[in-house]
Amino acid sequence: MGMSDRESEHMISARFTKSVTLAALTALALHVGSGRASAESVLRVAMTAADIPDYTGAPDQGYEGYRFAGYTIYDALALWDLSSSDKAAGITPGLATSWTVDPQNNKRWIYKLRQGVTFHDGCAWNADSAIWNFARVMDPKSSGYNPRHVGQMGTYVVNVASVDKIDDYTIAINTKMPSSLFPYEMAMYYMISNCAVQKAGNDYNLYAQHPSGTGPYKFDKVVPHERLELVKNDRYWNPQRIPKQDRLVLLPMPEASTRAAALLSGQVDFVEAPSPDTIPRLKAAGMNIVMVPYPHNWDYLLRADVPPFNDIRVRQAANYAMNRQDMVDMLQGVAVAADETLIKTQPWYGKPVAYDYDPEKAKALLTEAKCMPCTIKVGISTSGSGQMQPLPMNELVKEQLEAVGFKVNLEPMDWNALIGVFLAGSKKSDYNAINFSMAPIDPVQGILKKWMTDYAPPACCNWGAFTDPKIDKLGAEALGEFDEGKRNALLTKMNEQAVADASELYIVHDLNPRALSPKLSGFVQAQSWFQDLTPIVVHP
Amino acid sequence: MWLYAARRIVLTIPILLGVTIICFALVQIAPGDPIQNLLSPTASAADAARLRAAYGLDQPLVVQYVIWLGKVLVGNLGLSIANNAPVAGQVLHAFLNTLVIALISVVLAFVVSTIFGVLAAYRSGRLADRVITAVAVFGISVPPFWLGVILVILFAVNLSWLPATGMGASGSESFDYLHWDDFKFAIMPIVALALPPLGIMTRTTRAAVAEILNQDFVQTLRAKGLSERAVIVHALRNILPQAVAMLGLQLGYLIGGSVLVETVFTWPGTGYLLNKAVLTRDIPLLQGTILVLATAFVLINLAVDLVQSTIDPRIKRS
Repeated sequence: MGMSDRESEHMISARFTKSVTLAALTALALHVGSGRASAESVLRVAMTAADIPDYTGAPDQGYEGYRFAGYTIYDALALWDLSSSDKAAGITPGLATSWTVDPQNNKRWIYKLRQGVTFHDGCAWNADSAIWNFARVMDPKSSGYNPRHVGQMGTYVVNVASVDKIDDYTIAINTKMPSSLFPYEMAMYYMISNCAVQKAGNDYNLYAQHPSGTGPYKFDKVVPHERLELVKNDRYWNPQRIPKQDRLVLLPMPEASTRAAALLSGQVDFVEAPSPDTIPRLKAAGMNIVMVPYPHNWDYLLRADVPPFNDIRVRQAANYAMNRQDMVDMLQGVAVAADETLIKTQPWYGKPVAYDYDPEKAKALLTEAKCMPCTIKVGISTSGSGQMQPLPMNELVKEQLEAVGFKVNLEPMDWNALIGVFLAGSKKSDYNAINFSMAPIDPVQGILKKWMTDYAPPACCNWGAFTDPKIDKLGAEALGEFDEGKRNALLTKMNEQAVADASELYIVHDLNPRALSPKLSGFVQAQSWFQDLTPIVVHP
Repeated sequence: MWLYAARRIVLTIPILLGVTIICFALVQIAPGDPIQNLLSPTASAADAARLRAAYGLDQPLVVQYVIWLGKVLVGNLGLSIANNAPVAGQVLHAFLNTLVIALISVVLAFVVSTIFGVLAAYRSGRLADRVITAVAVFGISVPPFWLGVILVILFAVNLSWLPATGMGASGSESFDYLHWDDFKFAIMPIVALALPPLGIMTRTTRAAVAEILNQDFVQTLRAKGLSERAVIVHALRNILPQAVAMLGLQLGYLIGGSVLVETVFTWPGTGYLLNKAVLTRDIPLLQGTILVLATAFVLINLAVDLVQSTIDPRIKRS
C-alpha cells in the first residue's frame, strides 16, 4: 500500500524538524562548550555558608559573608591589608586616603576621601555619597534608610553622632565618645552607590538586582540559594588589585564532604574549610592545602558573675586542665594551641601568663576553691560558621576537664539557637559557659568589647559579664589615647591582664585550611577572616 | 464522582489550616530566631531587637499568624527574611526542581518494581526471588543520604563520570533536562531517590501478585487454557489499584521528604529549601514551603483516590 500524500508530508516535516532540532542542539552545545573556556577565566569557590550571603552592602552569615559578598563588591573607608601571610592583617587606606583626629577635638575625625573613584554604575564617589551612606543606617528620615542594614551594620556606627561635609573630598565624622579605635569600625562599613539605590526608587529589593559598589568585582547575576556570579572590575581604583580572573562564581556548600567531592570532581577550584579527614585524600589528588594562623579563637566563654567561674582559681584550673596538643592532634594539625584570645602576630599579644597543661595544679586549684566535683553546664552547637567540629572537640574538652575534677554537662543545640544564647547574655540563661568561637580581628572586638564591664549585654559582646576594674581603667585610657604606640602599649597591658584573670577557657585557634585546585596560582592566604581573591590566576 | 471530588477538595482546607498552625507553633517552640543570622558578629542585643521590630517579629504570635494567613488567602506568601525576596517565587521554583526528579524517580521505581515484583512472585523461593528480595530489602533499609555519599565517591570522585553536586553547570535557572550536560547532574539524585520506593514497591507487588496467583480464578484461567502471559495481565490488572495507591504515596513522600538527598547533592528543590529555612529560622519561607508541600501531598492523594475509583470498578464512591 502506498503512502498517502498527507502521511509522506508529515514524515518529511517530522524528519526536517528532527534534523533542525539536532543541528540547533549541536550548535548550542558547541557554543556553550567553547564560549566560556576560551573567552573567560572563571574562579569557582565553594563557601561553607548555607546560603548566598546578602550582597547589598550589609552581609549576613558571619564574616564569610563579608569575605565573599562584602569586600569583593564593595569598599569601606579603610580596608584590611590582605597582602601578606606573615603578619596579622591590619587596616590600610581604602575609599579614604587618610584619616586624622582633630587636634582640637578628639571626638572629631577628618577623613580625606579618595578622588577619581566611581561606583560600578558610573556614579562618582565623593563626600555626598559618603554622607548618604551614613544616613542609610543612621537617619530614619533619609530616603535611602534601610532598617535591615541598620540591624546588620548599625554596630559600626553606634558611636557616630553626625557626619559633616567639609569639601567634595573631605568629611568630618563626629563621635559620641572619644575613640582612638574608631578607624577599625570604618573598615567594616561598606559604601554602596547612592545613585543605584535612587535609581531603584529607594527600593532595596530592586537595588538587589543591580547592586553597585566600588570594589574589585562587579555583580553579574545571582541564582537564589545556588550561586552568585561576579565579574572583574577592570577599572578598579587600585590597579594592583584588578582581578586576575574574569569571573568569580560563589557557591554555598555547607556540607564539608560535598565541598571536597566538588573539588575532586573538578566542579569547583577553591574550597573553604575542608574537614581534616578529607585533607589526606585532597593532597593525594594534587590539591594544594593552605593554612595560616588567623584571629579565630575556638574557646569557652565563661560566666563570671556566679559560681563556679566567678572564682579565678576555677577559671585557672580549667585552663591548666587543657591538653591543647591533644586537640591539635585530633584535628590533624588544622589548629594551633591557644594561649590567649589573640594570636601571636597581633600587636597586642604581649607576654601573657602561660597555662601549660598541668592536671595536678588544676586539681589543687579546684580543691582550694572547694569546688570538687565542680559541676558546670556548657552550651554547645552541633555545627555552625567558625565552630570547627564542635561535637568531637567538645567531647575532648569535657574529658580533659573531668580528668581534673570538673563535672561537665554539655548541652548541644543548633547554631542559630546558640547565637541566641550569646546575644541574650549569660544572665538570661543557666549556662556556666558556652563554646562560641570568636573573631578577635582588632582590639575593639578582641579586647575592649570582650572584657570591659560596659560591653556586657545588651550593650555588646562581653557574654559572661566579666569585670575587672584594672581592665576597665586601661580600656578607657586606650580609647582616649590617639598616639598609636602608646595606645598599643595600653591595649597589650589590658590583654595581658585578661589572660592573668583567665577570663576565658583558651583552647585552640583555627588555621582555616583551604584546598585549592592545582590550576590556581597566586593566592596569598592572609592572617585574617577576610581574603583577597584578586591575585588568583586560573590556568587552563 | 465529581461531588466526591468537590467534597474532598473542601475537606483539604481544614487540613491545610491545621498544617499551618502546627508548623507555625513548632517554629516558635524551637529556640533561636531568623534575625540572628542577619546580624554582624559584633552586634548587640539592642541591634537584634531593632531588626526584630523591623520584621514585625516583636508582635504577639497570634497577630503574626493572622497577618500571615491574611496575606496567604490573597496568594501572597510574604517575603523571605533571609534574602528579602518573595517566598512564592522561590518555593515554586524549588517545587518544580523537586517535582521533576521525584516524578522520574517514582516512575522508574514503579516500572522496575513491577517487573521485579512479578518476577519474584513467579520464581518464589528460587534464586531470582532471593536476589530481588535482597535488592528490595537493601532499598528499604539503606539510608538514602548514605547511598548519595557512596554514589558521589564512586561516580564523581573516583570515576569522574558524573558531577558531584548542584543542578547544572550554571545553576537551575538555565537547566535543561533534555540536554545531556545538564541531565547528568540529575542522575545520582534520581537513583538515590528511587531506591527506597523501588524496595517498598517491589515488596508490595511481590506479595500482591503471589496472593493473586493463589486465587481460584487464576486456576480457572489456567484450566481454560490461557497462556501464562495472559494470566500475568489478569494478575496485573488486579494489583493495579494497590500499585497506584503506592505510587501516589511514594510520590508524596519524595516531594516532601527528600531533604537529605537534596542536601547531599545540593539539588535546589523543596527539601533543600526547607533545610535552609529551618536552619535560619526563616519563618515565612518555612511556612510557605510547608504549605505548598502539604497542598501537593493532599492533592496527590486526592488524584490517586480518583484514579483508583476509575480503574477499579469494585471501588464505589458515594
